[in-house]
Amino acid sequence: MAASNFEKFKSDGTLLGNVTEWVDARFPLTSMWKQHLSEYYAPKNFNFWYFFGSLALLVLVMQIVTGIFLTMHYKPDASLNASGVPVAFASVEYIMRDVPWGWLIRYMHSTGASAFFIVIYLHMFRGMIYGSYRSPRELTWLFGVMIFLALMAEAFAGYLLPWGQMSYWGAQVILNLFSAIPFVGEYLATWIRGDFVIGDATLNRMFSFHVIAIPFVLAGLVVAHILALHETGSNNPDGVEIKKKKDEHGIPLDGIPFHPYYTVKDIVGVVVFLMVFSVIVFFMPEGGGYFLEYNNFFPADPMVTPPHIAPVWYFTPYYSLLRAVTYPLFGIDAKFWGVIAMGAGVVIFAFLPWLDRSPVKSIRYRGPLFKVLLAIWVICFFVLGYLGVLAPTPGRTLVSQICTFYYFAFFLTMPIWSKLDKCKPEPDRVTFK
Amino acid sequence: MKKLFVSLLMAPVLAFAAGAELHLDKAPDRSGDVAALQNGAKVFINYCLSCHSASYMRYNRLQDIGLTDDQIRENLLFTADKVGEPMKISMRRVEAKQWFGAAPPDLTVIARARASEFGSGSDWLYTYLRTFFRDDTRPTGWNNTVFANVGMPHVLWELQGEQVMGEDHHLKLVKPGKLTLEEYDTMVADLVGFLKYMGEPVGEFRKSLGVAVLLVLAVLFVLSYALKREFWKDIH
Amino acid sequence: MSCDEKVDCGRRRLLVATAAAGGAAGVVAVVPFVASMLPSERAKSAGAPVEADISKLAPGEMMTVEWRGKPVWIIHRTKEMLDGLAKIGDKLVDPQSEKQMQPEYCKNEYRSIKPEIMVAVGICTHLGCSPTEKFKTGAESGVETDWPGGFLCPCHGSTFDLAGRVYKNKPAPDNLEVPPYKYLSDAKIVIGEDTTGA
Repeated sequence: MAASNFEKFKSDGTLLGNVTEWVDARFPLTSMWKQHLSEYYAPKNFNFWYFFGSLALLVLVMQIVTGIFLTMHYKPDASLNASGVPVAFASVEYIMRDVPWGWLIRYMHSTGASAFFIVIYLHMFRGMIYGSYRSPRELTWLFGVMIFLALMAEAFAGYLLPWGQMSYWGAQVILNLFSAIPFVGEYLATWIRGDFVIGDATLNRMFSFHVIAIPFVLAGLVVAHILALHETGSNNPDGVEIKKKKDEHGIPLDGIPFHPYYTVKDIVGVVVFLMVFSVIVFFMPEGGGYFLEYNNFFPADPMVTPPHIAPVWYFTPYYSLLRAVTYPLFGIDAKFWGVIAMGAGVVIFAFLPWLDRSPVKSIRYRGPLFKVLLAIWVICFFVLGYLGVLAPTPGRTLVSQICTFYYFAFFLTMPIWSKLDKCKPEPDRVTFK
Repeated sequence: MKKLFVSLLMAPVLAFAAGAELHLDKAPDRSGDVAALQNGAKVFINYCLSCHSASYMRYNRLQDIGLTDDQIRENLLFTADKVGEPMKISMRRVEAKQWFGAAPPDLTVIARARASEFGSGSDWLYTYLRTFFRDDTRPTGWNNTVFANVGMPHVLWELQGEQVMGEDHHLKLVKPGKLTLEEYDTMVADLVGFLKYMGEPVGEFRKSLGVAVLLVLAVLFVLSYALKREFWKDIH
Repeated sequence: MSCDEKVDCGRRRLLVATAAAGGAAGVVAVVPFVASMLPSERAKSAGAPVEADISKLAPGEMMTVEWRGKPVWIIHRTKEMLDGLAKIGDKLVDPQSEKQMQPEYCKNEYRSIKPEIMVAVGICTHLGCSPTEKFKTGAESGVETDWPGGFLCPCHGSTFDLAGRVYKNKPAPDNLEVPPYKYLSDAKIVIGEDTTGA
């Protein structure tokens, strides 16, 4: 189907043609272009949900570019300057005020962090409703789960950098979770902090993770994610394999070249996304205290915890899983099991391809059982996210425990109910709805 | 050194219900009102800037609110030599800590930091600066309804006068100050307006730029949508 | 794994040996990088003792000093506060301070050297937030209606009494830590150093 690296481009005698021929003799430019864009056949029935993959890539690029420029001015230094303010905190305000257009770059980066998670959550949900994780796309899904994990680490490290009160105490709570691990916990927490308390050493290494280590990992995983996708071809809202029906040239009957059709379509998605993004950046950069938390305008103070600390909104569903576990088990502290629950809450997505036993992929042909159970799961996810913002009370803890139970039960019992569900027959070809 | 670090703890608590609810008065909007902001700047520099710094705010930034470098130099430049310098203070933090129990916080971004689910940072500041009352149990002789056991004395008391906490939990003015109640509220509103401006000097420009950006994107949307339709008309 | 004719046994042996030696060397080479993330010499030596002047600390009040980057509270307890400590033993996890969260000389009913002066590290034993002072008794504190005064951790709601002892059924497992300290005079405490030579 796709052109091999050895099919050289033949010049048509124009300057552009000559240059392309010269490059193609030395680098697989044309063949890569064909393989991944102009002769990558995507199902023609992509709907709204299929914008979020390209948008995720856009946000990644935007975060990297804005990050590069922020790094030119930001200082990861927890020591106090002459005015008694931590240098790191002051350097963020320096960017916001003294650096030309620094405020815009910083707001784009801080809003971009939240936008990244919104886009990724929607992208993952798309995978869940249309069965994109199922055979033969398990590896694409696994790389995706790894991207999600790396993204969480990236966001966590980045959140410490402004060195405000929420940065400091959020990191204090999360890094202290590691000390819950039996035997090695205390040692591990000290190793991660690089000090006995969160301090300059911690800030510096989080800066290193945030700007070098994790971005490299992320970029590599994104390439793997796309390569794996292009090996199997994209799924679609009908969940049928377009490669099963091909024309005489071996081109899927329901496939259209990604370029130009989906490039021009995704540009529309990008513009709409940028409009929403701009509304936040220009009119509500604090996002109502969720994108930039108010308490983070106070410099980090190791002596005082703010009266109400909560993680940034995109971590709150997982933070709720953590807090929902209040009973010690096997003689080990509840907080250790909380950490396990939080980690499991993320990692369990990786098992989806093998938990789902339904004969069909897409929600369009699945039975009522799936739709109802998934809807409840989404509600639980939102409730957990909402409770994660609030301080715990006995009532809220109980609700979060019920939601946590359901969150895991949904996945763990999936092999049973996904087989029982009354599915409709899949069509042979994709449909437009 | 009493109740040292209580200062930060006063942003309202969501959780532990009883008494945590905070009722804030809505601060009048002064954004774009150059005369009010200039008045606020004057009040800030005269009354606040002796103890509190605004160390990320440069004097010459006040051009934003319609002041020239010369006006700044002649009327407002008390704590620095050059208009390009930030609003720092000469008081050393260690001494300040001894005098007040806690070093007075830098006020550059205070209007952003004090925001909460109960109201904007401006609302908090507007209420705070109007609700000091006499309390002899406090070392400074003053207390505050939104910032319990505050370390700062009522710096503006000569202007506002003295309030006491009545039996009914309402404040009563027992000794009038130099200003009438309305004059005092207007002055505080100007000051809070300035603090809000200082929290994000680019704020007004940001919004006007946002309108322009959205207009450009709207044009781009029309074009890109037409482009998409053009290409997709052969797909069925 | 048997060697048949198709396999060059010498080559395989060398391959295995090279891979094993290279792998082992690679693992050893990771050690310096992992170890570089441990607390540096500077971080380890940063724990100098600090002095605190308590002459102006009125009864019923507390002060905070920074020691090793952590808040250390000094609380001047009143007679009523001290009397209250004995009454709540059954609500606490470790009323007798059995667990080693304090130096030997503070393992007493008040967890302090002098009964009225309490010294404690103000870091919650759950996840390291600094609890908030809630000295007012009863419902006014916003904690519980029969609250006898103490501390409330804002992060996960653990509560501690005025000797830093943790209440039952709360996330925090242990009492607050009492650091080593000693009196230089009636008015001066030094934190981080004691008479046992620690």
